[in-house]
Amino acid sequence: MDIQFVERNGNLVVKIRGEIDHHTAQNIKYAVEKEFSASNAKNIVFDFAHVGFMDSSGIGMVIGRYKELAKIGGRVFAINIGTDVGRIFEISGLKRIIPCFAGLDEIENNIANA
Amino acid sequence: MQNRTEINFLALSQNQAFARVCAAAFATQLNPSLAELTEIKTAVSEAVTNAIIHGYEGYTDEQWIFMGCEIDGNEIIIEISDKGRGIEDIAAAREPLFTSKPDEERSGMGFTVMEEFMDKVDVHSTPNKGTTIEMRKKITT
Ligand SMILES: Nc1ncnc2c1ncn2[C@@H]1O[C@H](COP(=O)(O)OP(=O)(O)O)[C@@H](O)[C@H]1O
Ligand SMILES: [Mg+2]
Repeated sequence: MDIQFVERNGNLVVKIRGEIDHHTAQNIKYAVEKEFSASNAKNIVFDFAHVGFMDSSGIGMVIGRYKELAKIGGRVFAINIGTDVGRIFEISGLKRIIPCFAGLDEIENNIANA
Repeated sequence: MQNRTEINFLALSQNQAFARVCAAAFATQLNPSLAELTEIKTAVSEAVTNAIIHGYEGYTDEQWIFMGCEIDGNEIIIEISDKGRGIEDIAAAREPLFTSKPDEERSGMGFTVMEEFMDKVDVHSTPNKGTTIEMRKKITT
């Protein structure tokens, strides 16, 4: 599992490459918390393009960030959700809480038009 | 076809990936679709994670997890057991969103995922003795 961060227009994009289970979810959580507090970003965008597997530990990790950001007026988004991760998002109801977009451009347009 | 394999591994979180890959590799004998393989991997990941973080929470020795995989015709039967703390109220534990660890970012969706991805999920548990999850799935494609 490997994480890359990109900050653009107030959004911290978290590109995860690998599998998300309990073992890796904890590492992702710590890495994201550290990067976010050192950044000027307001929102977090999880990029699932290269996530080959995710179980319910991923749900907990994403909701955890959602709750943290809600306290300070920030938001959590998801992009590039494939079929497998998409099913976990649906079963868990995560889709109703975390807005899912095709890519970062779409999020930026959405925020600009809001 | 009839076939069976059994493995024992330590309750370490890096073994979550090992266990789900083993189960998926065994299941390939039934020629499952990629979606079915993902379902099996995810259900195994949930059950093994639960054994590690709930079953053996606070235990310091004898942390072994057993996994048995069986093929019976076109059905795969996977059994995962721990000798940990056990579950007091099984019905409550199976409810969506129920978790005994809300402050550790658990979603409480593990059993829901297992039920969604497998045809049948049976839970046998005795407090202070351990928990066994038996999951079945017919490979239809
Ligand atoms: N092997 C186990 N041993 C002891 N308790 C368990 C076990 N598996 C599940 N549980 C209990 O059932 C609850 C629900 O499990 P689950 O749906 O996977 O949610 P989560 O793991 O996110 O808490 C757990 O919080 C725990 O209290
Ligand atoms: Mg669980």
